Amino acid sequence: MAADWIVFWVCAPISIGSAIAMLLQRNAVHAALFLIVNLFTVAVLYLVLGAPFLFAVQIIVYAGAIMVLFLFVIMLLGVDREERLVERLRGQRTAAILLGLGVVGEVVFAIRAGVGFSTRAPAGFGAANGGGNPQALGRLLFRAYFLPFEVTSILLMVAAVAAMVLARRRERPVASAERRAQEPIEPSEPSEPSEPREEEPVG
Amino acid sequence: MLSEYLPIVVLAALALAFAVASLVVSSLLRPHRPTPAKLAPYECGIEPQRLPKGERFPVKFYVLAMLFIVFDVETIFLFPWAVGFRRLGLFGLVEMVVFIGLVFVAYLYVWREGGLDWNEPVRRSGEREQVGEALRAG
Amino acid sequence: MLGQFLSHPPVELGPIGPELVLAGAGVLVLLGGALVRRRQPRALLLASLAGLTGAAVVSVSLWRWRGHATVLGGMVQADRFAVVARLILLGVAALALVLGHHYFERLGEERPEFYPLVLFTTLGMTLITAAADLILVFLALEILSLSLYVLTALSRRLAAVEGSMKYFLLGAFSSAFFLYGVAMAYGATGSTHLSTIARSLAGQTGNQALALAAVALLVIGFGFKVAAVPFHMWTPDVYQGAPTAVTAYMSAATKVAAFAAFLRVLMTSFQPLTWDWTPIVWGLAVATMIVGSVLAIAQTDIKRMLAYSSIAHAGFVLVGVSAATQEGIQSALFYLLAYAATILGAFGVVMLASGRGEEHTSLGSYAGLCRRSPLLAGLMSLFLLSMAGIPPTAGFIAKVNVFRAAVDAGHWGVALVGVLASVVAAFFYIRVMVLMYMQEPLEDVEPDPSIVPRLAVAVPALLTLLFGVFPGLVLGLLERASVLRW
Repeated sequence: MAADWIVFWVCAPISIGSAIAMLLQRNAVHAALFLIVNLFTVAVLYLVLGAPFLFAVQIIVYAGAIMVLFLFVIMLLGVDREERLVERLRGQRTAAILLGLGVVGEVVFAIRAGVGFSTRAPAGFGAANGGGNPQALGRLLFRAYFLPFEVTSILLMVAAVAAMVLARRRERPVASAERRAQEPIEPSEPSEPSEPREEEPVG
Repeated sequence: MLSEYLPIVVLAALALAFAVASLVVSSLLRPHRPTPAKLAPYECGIEPQRLPKGERFPVKFYVLAMLFIVFDVETIFLFPWAVGFRRLGLFGLVEMVVFIGLVFVAYLYVWREGGLDWNEPVRRSGEREQVGEALRAG
Repeated sequence: MLGQFLSHPPVELGPIGPELVLAGAGVLVLLGGALVRRRQPRALLLASLAGLTGAAVVSVSLWRWRGHATVLGGMVQADRFAVVARLILLGVAALALVLGHHYFERLGEERPEFYPLVLFTTLGMTLITAAADLILVFLALEILSLSLYVLTALSRRLAAVEGSMKYFLLGAFSSAFFLYGVAMAYGATGSTHLSTIARSLAGQTGNQALALAAVALLVIGFGFKVAAVPFHMWTPDVYQGAPTAVTAYMSAATKVAAFAAFLRVLMTSFQPLTWDWTPIVWGLAVATMIVGSVLAIAQTDIKRMLAYSSIAHAGFVLVGVSAATQEGIQSALFYLLAYAATILGAFGVVMLASGRGEEHTSLGSYAGLCRRSPLLAGLMSLFLLSMAGIPPTAGFIAKVNVFRAAVDAGHWGVALVGVLASVVAAFFYIRVMVLMYMQEPLEDVEPDPSIVPRLAVAVPALLTLLFGVFPGLVLGLLERASVLRW
């Protein structure tokens, strides 16, 4: 148990610190990097809790793929975009602070009342994870839940089609000239610097 | 329980130590004699008017990242299947073949639709930018 | 060793036959659109229609299913409720495919993704009607939602992209609520099987407080999908922005699918808590009917007006749901059938009457429609009368049934509000008819003269009349389908 304890007390402060640092960063890329640190430490906490599969998912999908997507989106919008910190909705900051305090109060109350907190694993945890957590999960997923598993592949297929349709630039040549004539979106006047790539100085 | 992961921790620590040590050692050993010419951003040509700050990526990266997530999630499903392959038997194999087959259909579609091509002439970029601008403006 | 290698859980694929057919057709059409060099939208359309027909045939054969009630590890329920809901959905999808094919052809845009996306959306929708496990419900919900976001943005108009964006953001939000509800249900009872949840709650072994939280969160999740007030905010923008053919499809089909799943979840897994959730559904029904009807009056765009009207209709279906009886299920199913036919037809007429794309959708451009196209004006009037609940249309029978179910269950207050809301709603339906028949044309819009989409609009019109005059044709079938067991 001692190892658990040490790992927890190393990772928990880092995760909280990186989360706060992420919020305080103005530079979006730095914030994203802090988020990666946060996701990693939370993943380690999953490991401490005896959920190695979740640990792997957190690192491969969240710290890996999702963060890549985040960074690309930041790059897509331009790294130098400074967000204006004036809130658009009136009283948003006050409401956020009040709600945040509410959540803190709720957690304190829950800990004091002992609701949903336990120092031991829930009943049946060991039996359910017999032979290792990923193995047990695999048995459940590929036996009892095999239909949802197969349905997931359809969902992934739709997601791929969605990504292609929504973000595709290529247009088929068919009738595109005709379309432009009646397109509600007017051709843009070149007010914006068109392609940032052109500004690259030649060394 | 966590002791199984000790080798990973050791490996991570070694990797980190190596990276930090390389940087420290090289900064201590390398000669450091700056001249104005060396400190200029470019050693030849004209002085740039402004630094190329905040370059924007083309939207192609974004498509790629989203497709990456799709296939990444597929990999996640392979993990519990692989560790329990012997127990899952033929049924598990068939399931996984069907699953990968369906995701492969998505791959075929993306490939044929040019989602993986890089050097394609960009058309109608003006309109796309406009859509993005208008969306951002509200 | 070999025995273990070959062992497998029981696989009875019969009850998901329609979904298998749809998946196969979807994959074929998707690859056909991407792999074939010379694209033939018509071939894609025909292949998709063939897939839908095949799925319908398999669905009908399930009416006499004699196997287990739930199959595939308790994931899928093989009952007649699912059969009826599937048939409505498949019919809507077939008509919408014809309309959409025409829409994009006339616009001169080639959208080979339209056909497979409609097939996959329909797959998600038919699956959700039969799903007997909250995880499968969630997955099916995601399939249909994700496809609908893309379908909304299929035409590159700014309004479509914006509508898709709003739909996506709010939809993702509602999915989170739904998932949270699933987690709560699992926490309360230790299972996501609908029947196991019901047994646990009936036997008082589950945690009732957590189960109530689960009900509330699931109601929010479904409320978004059926566009019940106060979760309706996205509806007008999305319905207005989407290509009209897609609007026709999603306004009809999404509501049928989401209500089918809503009914199944509430009436099976949370049946032991009926007394706790009926007040929530009442509240939703009353708010939805009033807000939908009142806000529709203020609209000046026909698509927005129909969007608010569809919100109001969700309220009327909720009246049937709140009865929580077999009669309530039957009336809700009949209402959904009548509503699906009516709204699909109404948006179909809008598509044909507004020129190419969405050029003329303001109410003003409907002035004097009867001069330019008596047929379209007549069809539109029929649909509007049905929405207003005026005999001899299906909408009338549907409203009467829903109110009767509520009164029989003792909820006469809700029924009274419903009657008042229908009176208010009748005003703006009749206003459009007055515009069409009594005013001179303001704009010179030539309605689309094509025959095939007109036939696709005539089918729901015929059904609206048929079910209005001879409701007995389907009411008997619906009664036998309105049994939800756990």
